Amino acid sequence: MDNLQILVAAPVFSVQLLIDGILVGAVFALAAYGMALVWGVMNIINIAQGEFVILGGYVTWAVAQAGFHPFLGVPVSFIALFAVGWILYRAVVARVVDRDLFISILATFGISILMQQVMNQVFTADVQTAQSGLGTLFLFEGQVTVAQIKIVAFVFALALGGALVVFMRRSRLGKAIRATAQNARAARILGVDTGRVYAITYSLNAAICGAAGALVVMIWVIQPFIGLAYTVRSFMIVVVAGLGNLAGVVAAGLGLGAAENFAGFILGAEFQTAFIFSLLVVILLGRNLRLRRQRRVLR
Amino acid sequence: MTSLTTRVGMLAAGLAVGGLLAAGPAMAKVEGDTIVFGAAVSFTGKYSTNGKHTKNGYDLAAKRLNDMGGIEVAGKRYNVKIQYYDDESTPARNAQLAERLINQDGIKFILGPYGSGPTKGMAPIIEKYKIPMVEANGASRSLFNKGYRYLFAVLSTSEQYLAEAINLAAKLSAAEGRRVQDLKVAIAVENDPFSQDIRAGVIDDAKRWGMRVVIDDKLPKELNDMTATLTKVKAVKPDVLVVSGHSKGAALAIRQVHEMKVDVPMLAITHCEAADVIGKFGAAADYTLCATQWDETMSYRDGWFGSAGDYAKTFQAAYGYVPPYQAAESSAAVLVWADALKRAGTFDTEAVRDALAQTDMQTFYGNIKFDETGKNIAKPMVLRQIQNGKLVPVAPVEFAAKKTIFPRPMWSER
Repeated sequence: MDNLQILVAAPVFSVQLLIDGILVGAVFALAAYGMALVWGVMNIINIAQGEFVILGGYVTWAVAQAGFHPFLGVPVSFIALFAVGWILYRAVVARVVDRDLFISILATFGISILMQQVMNQVFTADVQTAQSGLGTLFLFEGQVTVAQIKIVAFVFALALGGALVVFMRRSRLGKAIRATAQNARAARILGVDTGRVYAITYSLNAAICGAAGALVVMIWVIQPFIGLAYTVRSFMIVVVAGLGNLAGVVAAGLGLGAAENFAGFILGAEFQTAFIFSLLVVILLGRNLRLRRQRRVLR
Repeated sequence: MTSLTTRVGMLAAGLAVGGLLAAGPAMAKVEGDTIVFGAAVSFTGKYSTNGKHTKNGYDLAAKRLNDMGGIEVAGKRYNVKIQYYDDESTPARNAQLAERLINQDGIKFILGPYGSGPTKGMAPIIEKYKIPMVEANGASRSLFNKGYRYLFAVLSTSEQYLAEAINLAAKLSAAEGRRVQDLKVAIAVENDPFSQDIRAGVIDDAKRWGMRVVIDDKLPKELNDMTATLTKVKAVKPDVLVVSGHSKGAALAIRQVHEMKVDVPMLAITHCEAADVIGKFGAAADYTLCATQWDETMSYRDGWFGSAGDYAKTFQAAYGYVPPYQAAESSAAVLVWADALKRAGTFDTEAVRDALAQTDMQTFYGNIKFDETGKNIAKPMVLRQIQNGKLVPVAPVEFAAKKTIFPRPMWSER
């Protein structure tokens, strides 16, 4: 508990953990939003979420290697991963979209393994990163240091999230996606081409992950086999926030980022993930209790 | 009836062949005036790059020995030949190939494979048949706590990888007139067997000097962020930060220490070369200490290759690239065999095994002397510091070309 005392004695380090956590939480929230979209509309839990993120990172890395600024990688990864998502939907996901959840989990699990191995072949297992060339922001007389790329990533993530909300609310396609999510059969009767909606939803998710991956490669490092961390975080966030609740996803994403940092600081890095999962169990239990109480009132 | 006689005949033939094999070379595998060594090295699969370095190292040493007239055993000179198999980067295959080398090919002297996993695959087999093996590329501590008698390793084992950093910090601080017991050590290593070996070595040495370990974080396998650990480093201000998490750990540490402007007097990591931290991060990687088994500027020398620098030149001329330490230590393993066979003066495997156990020599790769578990205790790990984008050997101080820049300059002064 020595570490807790440090935080009490020098609260400035709490600020450091909080800011860092919130900034990177936005990137997690982005990937989680994509997962919620596919889950809500197609009833598919996409296990390959993390691999989409990593592949997006590699696209941006390739853009940077080609001599362009990695910021350009964000739209390029978005578009490239949209195409990848489309191909994967037509080749695999379309065949399992109406089957039960277990089949689609297996299918996307297969996609995830395949993508890892292909990335390993193409990009090798070496660790890669893209340098944005941005500096560091100093707060509180230099005691709190924030990498400017994290702030940029935060803004990118929020802007993309905002654009998605507008797209879902205003555009015809967005409305069709929401209609399909509510009741696919009714939407089909009313003339929505649900097959196309599914394809676009899945590709859109891949594209969102691609953009998230572009931010990840600029903030941290990527490697073909570390996608799982992003899949797990997305899953957590969606479970906590629920489907179709964007504000919840954002709040859960930011909260998760901060909670992880505090857990890592106080308990040690080895308990960072364990703490997050324990938190998930507590939240689910708490929610269950609350629902039970409501049911009692209804009765 | 005919089938029965056929079967009996086959059985008899089988027994005869079996008997022949059993009665095979009771002495070592020596064809005329050539000693044949056996090796199962990865030519394909995930270790294939390092497998190639290993084979090149073995071949270069064998060629040098032959050019110099071979190995002298009991007054007669023998040439060296190496029989290779591809282990496909699969440890289980190494066990099969060890059987094959020993039983079918009659090999009695074995050179190790690349990597701790494959070496672990071979060790029990050579132990079963009491066939000595000198290996150069299996560093895991777990190879040396099983009581193996026939396994000898020329390289420094994994717990030594960063322990030298602790000694260096102690010596440098003492030279500055600081009390060594006041030094604080922070450890952030991945939660895998290799990195935990490293941690154990660092903790042992910190204890020996009476230093305090103030951070002891185990990084997760899917490591993607070190912010929490590094914030702790900023808070408790240790004098030494040790990071080991394979390539991604190295890259993340350099990146985030720079971005968060974490000031720590000494930062020591593994996998600098594999992660290409200089190429990726440029000046941000400066002053980092990187662990390596060997460096061509060290002042070791021997009668076969000359100095470490001479070896590097010979290797470069033969294969067209700078020798990585995996190649150097592989060459050293062949030299250890040459030395031991000469001292044994016989091909009797027990006598040769005892001669190996008594090895005490200097090679271009470093000093070699085995303890009772078979690991080399005479060669320390080398630490190289990144200075102006170049890896410069700075420790062990006795053999290193340059001085450590310590403490690292503050980020605000760079």
